[in-house]
Amino acid sequence: MTKNESSHIDTIEISIPAKPEFLKIIRAAVSSICQVMGFCDEDLNNVILAVDESCSNIIKHAYGGPTEKPIQAKINICRDKFEINLRDYGKKADLKKIKPRKLDDVRPGGLGVHLIKSVMDEVVYDNSLEQGNRLKLVKNIKKK
Amino acid sequence: MEIEVLKKNVASILKIKGDVDLYSSPQVRKQVVSLITKTNKNLLVDLAEVTYMDSSGVATLVEALQLTKKSGGKLKLFSLGSTVKDVFELSRLDKVFDICDNEKQALEGI
Repeated sequence: MTKNESSHIDTIEISIPAKPEFLKIIRAAVSSICQVMGFCDEDLNNVILAVDESCSNIIKHAYGGPTEKPIQAKINICRDKFEINLRDYGKKADLKKIKPRKLDDVRPGGLGVHLIKSVMDEVVYDNSLEQGNRLKLVKNIKKK
Repeated sequence: MEIEVLKKNVASILKIKGDVDLYSSPQVRKQVVSLITKTNKNLLVDLAEVTYMDSSGVATLVEALQLTKKSGGKLKLFSLGSTVKDVFELSRLDKVFDICDNEKQALEGI
């Protein structure tokens, strides 16, 4: 058993249609889970932001707009970290194009990836699946 | 999310309540664009009761800032809670926007 597996406690799975009106369901679930895990308020808000931005990107880029197709969230609750895997079945991401833009250029849009990478400890995009993408986000626990 | 508009002589005040995300930010954008282009070139945005804001909400306010500048007006944000303030700081836009503590301070210099 690896160190990561030994710290794993529970898994929670949620699936929503990839529509903006359902993003609050994911935010509420992540908020509740992070509270149970003992995250401080700042980290809790940061995890909610990163997960929400990631789901928004799936709707906009992987699916090209709102759709009934799913965003599947698998949350691994570990002793030392929060881990979420977001699965979509949309267009494969071009990993070379996923990068934060320069913030000196003040213009609307394009901030999502910067925010996600700023607040999470690990961000891993996987487009090697037969269909769609998987994004793993990890936040290590800094207790209150 | 709810939006209230208060029209004063010198500026329109937009009070936003609730979550501003991918679902609700188009409503904010519609209201903001209408106020700047049709009513008053100066816009003050009250964010005291905004419980969450994502990058689409921030983008909407960046667009509003550019629109007001283009029309020779001013855009100010006031009464930001810590969650919203953090998003502006993470986006490094806290120095780009005129962010005030309260409505009174925001009305000064308009």
